[in-house]
Amino acid sequence: MSSRKIRVLVAKPGLDGHDRGAKVVARALRDAGMEVVYTGLRQTPEMIVEAALQEDVDCIGMSILSGAHMALFPKVTELLKKEGVDDILVIGGGIIPEDDIPALKAAGISKLFGPGTPLEEIVEFVRNNVKKA
Amino acid sequence: MKEKLQKELKRWEEESVDNTLKRFPERKDEFITSSGIQVKRLYTPIDSDEIDYSKDLGFPGEYPFTRGVQPTQYRGRLWTMRQYSGFATAKETNERFRFLLEQGQTGLSVAFDLPTQIGYDSDHPLAQGEVGKVGVAISSLADMEVLFERIPLDKVSTSMTINAPAAVLLAMYIVVAEKQGVPMEKLRGTIQNDILKEYVARGTYIFPPEPSMRLITDTFSFCSEKMPLWNTISISGYHIREAGSTAVQEVAFTLADGIAYVKAAIDIGLDVDKFASRLSFFFGSASNFLEEVAKFRAARRLWARIMRERFHAEDDDSCRLRFHTQTAGYTLTAQQPDNNVVRVTLQALQAVLGGTQSLHTNSRDEALSLPTEDSVQIALRTQQIIAHETGVGDTIDPLAGSYYIETLTDEIEKRAMEYIEKIDSMGGAPKAIESGFIQREIHNSAYEFQRSVDSGEQVVVGVNKFTVEEEQSFDYLRINPAAEAEQIKRLQDLRKKRDDSKVKKMLENLRSCAEGSVNLMPAILESVKEYATIGEICEVLREVFEEYKAPDIL
Amino acid sequence: MSADKLVEGVLKGKRRSLARLISMIENEDPSADEALSTLYKHTGKAHVIGVTGPPGSGKSTIVARMTAELRRRVRTIGIVCVDPSSPFSGGALLGDRIRMQEHTLDSEVFVRSMGTRGHLGGLARATSDAVRAIDAFGKDIVIVETVGAGQSEVEVVELAHTVIVTDVPGSGDDIQAIKAGIMEIADIFVVNKSDLDGADKKVTEINAMLDIAPNMEDWRPPVLLTNANSGEGIPELVDKIEEHMKYLHESGTLETRGLKRSREELEKLMEYKLTRELLTKLQGTREYDEAIKKIAERKDDPYTVAERLIAEFLVKHRE
Repeated sequence: MSSRKIRVLVAKPGLDGHDRGAKVVARALRDAGMEVVYTGLRQTPEMIVEAALQEDVDCIGMSILSGAHMALFPKVTELLKKEGVDDILVIGGGIIPEDDIPALKAAGISKLFGPGTPLEEIVEFVRNNVKKA
Repeated sequence: MKEKLQKELKRWEEESVDNTLKRFPERKDEFITSSGIQVKRLYTPIDSDEIDYSKDLGFPGEYPFTRGVQPTQYRGRLWTMRQYSGFATAKETNERFRFLLEQGQTGLSVAFDLPTQIGYDSDHPLAQGEVGKVGVAISSLADMEVLFERIPLDKVSTSMTINAPAAVLLAMYIVVAEKQGVPMEKLRGTIQNDILKEYVARGTYIFPPEPSMRLITDTFSFCSEKMPLWNTISISGYHIREAGSTAVQEVAFTLADGIAYVKAAIDIGLDVDKFASRLSFFFGSASNFLEEVAKFRAARRLWARIMRERFHAEDDDSCRLRFHTQTAGYTLTAQQPDNNVVRVTLQALQAVLGGTQSLHTNSRDEALSLPTEDSVQIALRTQQIIAHETGVGDTIDPLAGSYYIETLTDEIEKRAMEYIEKIDSMGGAPKAIESGFIQREIHNSAYEFQRSVDSGEQVVVGVNKFTVEEEQSFDYLRINPAAEAEQIKRLQDLRKKRDDSKVKKMLENLRSCAEGSVNLMPAILESVKEYATIGEICEVLREVFEEYKAPDIL
Repeated sequence: MSADKLVEGVLKGKRRSLARLISMIENEDPSADEALSTLYKHTGKAHVIGVTGPPGSGKSTIVARMTAELRRRVRTIGIVCVDPSSPFSGGALLGDRIRMQEHTLDSEVFVRSMGTRGHLGGLARATSDAVRAIDAFGKDIVIVETVGAGQSEVEVVELAHTVIVTDVPGSGDDIQAIKAGIMEIADIFVVNKSDLDGADKKVTEINAMLDIAPNMEDWRPPVLLTNANSGEGIPELVDKIEEHMKYLHESGTLETRGLKRSREELEKLMEYKLTRELLTKLQGTREYDEAIKKIAERKDDPYTVAERLIAEFLVKHRE
C-alpha cells in the first residue's frame, strides 16, 4: 500500500535566477523518495505560501543567492503565521552571512544551509524535522 | 618513425610501467576530466600525429586562430584587467570604480542589481529587498550620470552585464558620454546582450525569444553603423558553466547560441562581415587546469571554422573569437575562504595561457557575500602578478605543441561539434532551449558533480577533505541598508522634476515603434534622454511583447 | 483532522481543508473515503476536462493558457497535474506549477500536483477522487493534466466529460499514442506548436484517421491548431470546449455517460474494497505464505488456491 510521502515545496523567492542549487536539492529530495513541487523563479512570499497551502506540503525550502534573504525569508514565515499554519517546516539556503542566521532563525526559518552542504545532510534534516503526522 | 615510437612505447609500458604498477598501483582506476574525457598516462607524438600544423593551428592573429587572435598577443598589450563590480547606489559604485582605476585596473565592468536587469524601477513591488544587492541600481539616466561621474568615457572601456534591457542601458551610456562630449563612435565597451543563456542558465529574461532576438539584432544593426568600436554582444558560456555544465558543454552551448545570433542577424538582412567582428564571448575558467587551457583554444578554432564554413564569412575578423574570462564562482568555497586565493590564481593563469582578451578574478569571500575592498584588491593583484612577474605572457600560446594539450584541444572541439550537430538537428539553440534539452543536459551534469563531491570522489579541499573546525571570522561587505530607501527617494524626486508630457510622448512613440518593425534603438534613446525610467520603458515593451514564461523543465 | 471537520471546511471553501483532503486521498487514508461519501451529494456540478498527449506536446502550457481564457469567461477552475513518480525512489519532481505561476494568487484557481505513486486503488481512482473533492469545493471546471499518453492515461482521462488530446507536428510516436486507444476517447484534438513545419499535415492526418474511425456519437472531434506559447488558437479551443459541454447536455450524452460512469465506478470500487479486505486478511499469515510456496513448488496451482481462498473468505463473512 502506498504510504504517506513527505511533500516539499522548493522555491526561488525574489528576482535571483541562479537555480542550480535549488534544482540539485530538489532532485536529491526526489531521489530520497519525497515529492517535490518546484515553483520556478521569481516567486513572491505570497505566491510561495499560497502554493504551499494548495499543495499541502510538509516543508518549504527556499534558496536565495542575491542577498535579499533578510527581506524575503521572514515574510514567508510571517504569512504562514497569518494563515494559522504551524505545521510546515521552513528551511533556506544560499549565500547567507553567518551574522544574519540568528535573526532568520528567530523568524522561524528552522535551518539555513550554506555553500558546500552535502545533499544528504539536507535530506536527513527534512526527514527528521517535518512536523505533520 | 611512428612505428618505431609505437614499439618503444610498448616496451616502456611492459618493462617500466607494468613493473611499477605491480608494486605501486595508481591512485585511481581511471582519470577523467570534467567533461568525461579519459586522460591517458602519457601522451606522445603519436597522439598528435594527425594534426596538420598550418591547417589546425596556424599562426596567432590568423585563421583558424587556435594560437590566439592577436599577432603579438600579450607582448603587445596585456589583457584587460576588468573586475566586475557594482553595488548599492550609483554614487557608491562610482567610488569603487574610481578606486579600481586608481589601483591600475584598465577597464570597467558594471554589475547591475536584479531589478535593473529585469527592467523594474527600484520602487517596483518585486524589487523589494533586491535594490543594490547584486549590483548597482540604475532606474534612469540620472543614475547613470552619477555612475560615470569623473570617469572619462573616451579613455576607459566599459563592459555592462545587462541582457534583456541591454538596449536601454546602452542608450543611457551613449547619452552620458554625449553629455561628457564623447561621441558614440569613440565609445569602447561591451553589452552582454545574450538572452539565450538567460533562458538556460541565468534567469534574468523579460520578453519571449522572438522580440528578444529583435532587440538584439536592432542593437547589432545600430552599432554596426554608429559604434564601430562597441562589442554588441558577449555570448556567454560563463553562466552555463556556473549552472553546472562541463567544459565541453560550455563550448558547445555557447557557440550554438552564437550560431543562433549570427543567423538572426543574417535573416534580417545584415551582411555577416559587417557585424560579426563585433561579437565577443565570455567563458568561465574552472578547476581542471589543462582542460581549461585546451577549451579556450578549441573554442577559438571551432568558432573560426563555423564562421567560415557555415556562414561564409570572408573577413578574418569575422572569424576571430575574442573573449572575456571570469574565474569560476562555483569553485569558491565558504570553508577556509583564503584557499580561494589559490584557486583563483590557478584559474587566472589558465585563462592567460588560453589567450583571454580580458579577465575578472573572483575575490576570496564571494561564497560568503559581495567582496570587500581588500579582497578585490588581492584579486586584482593576482592578475598583476601573473602579468608582470611570471613571464607567461612573453611568448604566444606557450603550451601549444604539448602532446596532451593538442590532443585535448582536438577532443574538446570534436565533442562540442557533436553537441552542436545535435542542436542543429533540433532546429537550433532556441528550439533546443524551448524543448529543455540544453537545460536538462546542464542540470544532469550539475547533479552528477554534486554527487561526486558528496561521495568524496571529487575532492574539494576544505569541504570534503582537509577540513577544519572554523569560525567564520570574515569581515564581509554589508550593503548600506539605507541604499534602497535612498535610491527610491532619488527616483521619486526625479519623477517630479522631469517633463512628464515629453516622457509620455516618447513612450507612446516607443510603443508604436515596438508594434511595428522599425529599429527600436532611436526610440529608446529619445525616451532615455527625457529621463523615462527603465521600468517605464520595459513596461511599454512588456505590454507589446508579453513576458516570457519559463517552461516546466526540471 | 477528522473527516467531519474536513467536509465542513471543504464545503465552506477553505482551501487548506481541500488540500488536506487530497493528501489523504493520495495516502489512501480510510478517512478520505468517509469524507468523500459525505461530500458525494455535493458533487456532479463541475465540468471535468482531461488533457492528455505525448510528453513535450505542451500540455501544461495549454492548460495554463486555457485557464487564463476560462478565467476571462468568469469560470472558476481547479487543476490537477499528474507527474511521474520515480519507480526507484518513489519520489517525484512536480514541475507543472512553473507554468501556472500567473494563476497562483488567483483565489478562483486551485492547483494541485500529484505524483503517480504506486496506488493500489489505481492512479485513476486517486485522480478521480481528487477531482471529486475539488468539485465539492465548488469549482466550475476541473482540468486534469496527465503524464503522457499511455494506457494509464486513458483511464485517467476517461473520468473527464471533455477529453482533449494534444499532439505536435512531426513526432512519430504520437501515432502510437493514438493507436493506444486515445483516438476513441478524444473529444477535441489539438495540434500544438502551429509554428513548426508539418502542423497542417498533422491536422490532415488526424482528420483522415477520424474519417475511417467508427463514429459512435454525433460529435465529430474537431482538430484545432494552437500555439500555446503565444496563445494563438486558445480562445477557439475554449469555444470548442463550451460547445462540447452544450452538446453533452442537449444530446443526453451526459446522462448516458453518467450512468455508465457510475456503474463503472461502483464496480471498480467494490473490486478494490473486496481485494483490499481479502488481502489485508491474508497477507503476512503463515497459511498464505505456505500456499504461495506450494504454488511455486508446483505442489498446488494458483487456480485452485484462488478459488479456495475466496470461498473461505466469503463463508467467513456470511457467518
